Amino acid sequence: MVVNPQFLDTDAIRKDFPILQRTVHGDKPLVYLDNAATSQSPQQVIDTIVEYYSLHNANVHRGIHVLAEEATALYEGARDKVAAFINAGAREEVVFTKNSSEALNLVANVLGWAEAPYGIRPGDEIVISEMEHHSNIVPWQLTAERIGAKLRWFGITDEGRLDLSNLNELINERTKVVSLVHVSNILGTVNPVETIVKRAHEVGALVVLDASQSAPHLPLDVQALGADFVAFTGHKMLGPTGVGVLWGRRDLLEELPPFLGGGEMIQTVTMEKSTYAGLPHKYEAGTPPIAEVIALGTAVDYLNGIGMDKVAGHEHAITEYALGRLQEVEGLRIIGPATNEDRGAAISFVLGDIHPHDVGQVLDEHGIAVRVGHHCARPVCVRFGIPATTRASFYLYSTPAEVDALVEGLDQVKQFFGV
Amino acid sequence: MQLESMYQEIILDHYRHPHHKGLREPFASQVHHVNPTCGDEVTMRVDLKGDVISDISYESQGCSISQASASVMADLLIGKSVEQAREVQETFLRLMQSKLDGPEFAEEHEEVLEDAVAFAGVAKYPGRVKCALLSWMAWKDATAQALDDTESGVKA
Ligand SMILES: Cc1ncc(COP(=O)(O)O)c(C=O)c1O
Repeated sequence: MVVNPQFLDTDAIRKDFPILQRTVHGDKPLVYLDNAATSQSPQQVIDTIVEYYSLHNANVHRGIHVLAEEATALYEGARDKVAAFINAGAREEVVFTKNSSEALNLVANVLGWAEAPYGIRPGDEIVISEMEHHSNIVPWQLTAERIGAKLRWFGITDEGRLDLSNLNELINERTKVVSLVHVSNILGTVNPVETIVKRAHEVGALVVLDASQSAPHLPLDVQALGADFVAFTGHKMLGPTGVGVLWGRRDLLEELPPFLGGGEMIQTVTMEKSTYAGLPHKYEAGTPPIAEVIALGTAVDYLNGIGMDKVAGHEHAITEYALGRLQEVEGLRIIGPATNEDRGAAISFVLGDIHPHDVGQVLDEHGIAVRVGHHCARPVCVRFGIPATTRASFYLYSTPAEVDALVEGLDQVKQFFGV
Repeated sequence: MQLESMYQEIILDHYRHPHHKGLREPFASQVHHVNPTCGDEVTMRVDLKGDVISDISYESQGCSISQASASVMADLLIGKSVEQAREVQETFLRLMQSKLDGPEFAEEHEEVLEDAVAFAGVAKYPGRVKCALLSWMAWKDATAQALDDTESGVKA
């Protein structure tokens, strides 16, 4: 990935984000460095939700009145936007879910239920990695346990990279599916998708990519990536909560069985048996999160307005600066790649013996929001022999001044705990 | 600053120099509790002589609040009867549920809570209440198990 590290005009961008204007704990400006957990929304996204409920609210695909038609057009319009955003081959390949977790559960379940050649059978192998979010571990554990398949995983190197030394042994003729995080939410590592896809397809395995931390931050081209399924979540890309996306290759989605049953996903229903709707509705049972989907479309517009290459460039520049500043802090150890190659804008660290909970509490007192804990990736903490980390994560509105505030805050933490 | 209301000097002292830490023999029961949101863990042993708590020992990993809480608790409960200790535990639980009224509640119940009044400021940080309660819940669980075992032992 080639990125041009260049800061965006954050003064202008920040004006679009009302929450970034607020203060916390009295008069402290908010320094929001928890973007890997959830991002903030620009006024445009907020307005979309207000406008939808003020003017267009109706159920989609189910009415012939004006509101139903408007709502349906807006909803399907958002699908077009998302499809273009990730360069999907067809709009039908974009399925709206509740979040990444649901998208990943969908794939793990339907691959478990499917007939040959895609169905996972006893003795088949599923490959994940030690740096997955729990959302890309637990669904596969459930499927593997239910079927009697074997779950295997890539390890992590000391530098926080995927350990590829046993690639050809790990992904072999028994492998049915490889499910991997594109960018780690705890380590910040950008994984070598191309290498994995090449090997997986060599042995006939499907590839699922958890793009929760990449879709918001870099240009994503699902056709170029070559994966078979890609999952991401709206609330990490300036959108609202309650909406996620599963992109899947059309021939696969057509062939695989449905996930949830209900309204909207059927063609005809008799008391004995049903036939299913075509894509993408086959995978969208029940009333979807309509306002949220439409607002996600606005978030995509906003990101396109800036340009995803520029977003990636800004984050590369801010990560470079943050890696440098943080490594000047005595006693601080970065967990994950300490250099900026193939790296996203989430930086985890430990500060001496001070527990991350205590670090986060003192930072919060100074208005600095970070995440502390195991970040739903507990195996990573176990791998590095630490109970938890403190994580700062940046986005298109993050500034070098916020990095400086973090570094100052860490000095206060050390003072407070007397180290 | 607000922070000092949570991080009382007594809490920081116990955090830096925890009392009764380390797993000891003999013990009547042992439990392992975790706080799944932050990964804090405690292994706790309780020993009873009749209805007196003769020892509480533990191994734990976590933030200053959870570490200090285990230390203060062991100080308070060792040597008490199970009944007295339960009263302290229940009062501490109520203190942690008192939200903004922590300081008043602590003052009212200072006789029962003793050094544990230092945690009054924690009650207003919902994210940290679980840290403070981790070892107390582990103790409650371990003591119930120890009593169950002695009862079934008596019957057998
Ligand atoms: C890498 C990764 N995968 C999956 C998820 C789950 O996203 P959601 O909670 O929206 O389903 C997250 C977010 O926490 C994540 O960072």
